[in-house]
Amino acid sequence: MKKVLLLLFILGNTSLAKAQTAEEVINKVKAKLDKVNDYEAKGKMKTNVIFIKAPIATVKVFYKKPNKLRINNESGISFIPKGSMNINLSNIFINPSGFDIIDMGKEAKTNLRIVKLLPKDENSEVVLSTLYIDEALLLIKKAKTTTRENGTYEMEMSYGNYAAYGLADKVNFSFNTKDYKLPKGITFDYDDGSKKENAADKLKDKKGKVEITYSSYIINKGVPDSVFQ
Amino acid sequence: MLKLLRIELFKIFKRPRTYIAFGAIAAIVLLFQIGMKFDGKSYLDLILSDVKDTFEVSDDFKNRLLNGYFICFAILNILLIQMPLLVALVAGDAIAGEANMGTLRLSLTRPVSRTEYMLVKFMASVIYTIMLLLFLAVFALFGSMLIFGTNTLVVFRSTEIHMMNSFDVMWRYVAAFGYAAVALTTVSALAFLLSVFAENSIGPIIATMSIVIVFTILSEFNIPLYDKTIKPYLFTTHMVAWKGFFYVQSDAENKTIDGTVQNLPAIMRSMGILIGYIIAFTGSAIWIFKRKDILT
Repeated sequence: MKKVLLLLFILGNTSLAKAQTAEEVINKVKAKLDKVNDYEAKGKMKTNVIFIKAPIATVKVFYKKPNKLRINNESGISFIPKGSMNINLSNIFINPSGFDIIDMGKEAKTNLRIVKLLPKDENSEVVLSTLYIDEALLLIKKAKTTTRENGTYEMEMSYGNYAAYGLADKVNFSFNTKDYKLPKGITFDYDDGSKKENAADKLKDKKGKVEITYSSYIINKGVPDSVFQ
Repeated sequence: MLKLLRIELFKIFKRPRTYIAFGAIAAIVLLFQIGMKFDGKSYLDLILSDVKDTFEVSDDFKNRLLNGYFICFAILNILLIQMPLLVALVAGDAIAGEANMGTLRLSLTRPVSRTEYMLVKFMASVIYTIMLLLFLAVFALFGSMLIFGTNTLVVFRSTEIHMMNSFDVMWRYVAAFGYAAVALTTVSALAFLLSVFAENSIGPIIATMSIVIVFTILSEFNIPLYDKTIKPYLFTTHMVAWKGFFYVQSDAENKTIDGTVQNLPAIMRSMGILIGYIIAFTGSAIWIFKRKDILT
């Protein structure tokens, strides 16, 4: 009898989880992210773009509601990709006219819930956001954002100590890059005979990547507006 | 020989025209620094035109980019193409100037061999070249560091951007200035060789500049026919190899490796070629001078 009751309990819970609509999932994730009003995070940033040879940078990332974000290189210069403000996930949900939410079911391999957000505002810069959500932990593991002007951004997050706030320990941000070429008359390059990438390789690597590994967050302790100027 | 060298250096630095080069360098560097201080962002807009669609190019980013290391690199880019003219002013005058003044025959009546005399003349030209470079280093590098501060050095190549941590830059400048000394000594040796044939210093100076200009244009031509046939043998092709010290090695993920150079053997090869030219030009000058009838 006990076994039957236990089975009924498990089945009941499973059906409840299944019953969770995409809208409910999104609201729960959003509520989790809304716990963060501001943060200051320290981390290391690695830039991987085919035409940029850059050292690993020590960065500070500042965030303040509703959508202020700044990445500061503490010891030098970094090329920060456009659209990097999306590394703060709550920015995905900022849209005054709201979204249409489309439930795409679950990804077979990872069992992550796929939800698409379509902004209701036709003139919105973001055309479509696709989120891959861990329903049990209420964490966005992957996000793809298609914009009107700046192509598609993809993000992959891994979580650790700050998962309770929906803040990632590591973010992989990939973005589209455009061709870079300066006239030789400006640069007077020295041709040192180094192997040149062929056109096919360059085309293949049109995606740039930025990886930020956070070491610490200071959450909801206040961040002055002057940081973002 | 040391006494002779001292006399030659005295003669060089006694002439007012010697200081034209120092004045010209100071003026160019200062004008460039002033221009960059007040309108450097316009200059950067041109360079960053291809990246500003993909990356955030804020005023803060531009201010950081316009640091002393970057300014010095930009100055060297411009000046090391013009400096051969300034070097030729002294080296082209070394023998032809004496001939013009009618003091060459008198100088050779002293108990000094012609080889020694030529070596001393050439060494004096080399010392002048090095002093010119040191002056440039103080003004362009340390001056810019003082005015603009230091930060990551970003070098824009035609198809790549190389970034170096500020602590990884100074040794590159030391190496680059060392290399530039060899490159300018090559021009000095050419002017010195041409000086042997003339009895007026204008000729060798203009001839040296003409050769440098023609060779530089050929070196910068992007014509496949010249790439393998002519370019590798022109000394001007190898004179810009100092830039190689600012091309940094990176791993498979494009992360730079501190303290490395992308292709050191290529720089060493270029340096070897320039040294070969110096030996050939100077050796020829001595060989010709030893067999020459000195009539003035």
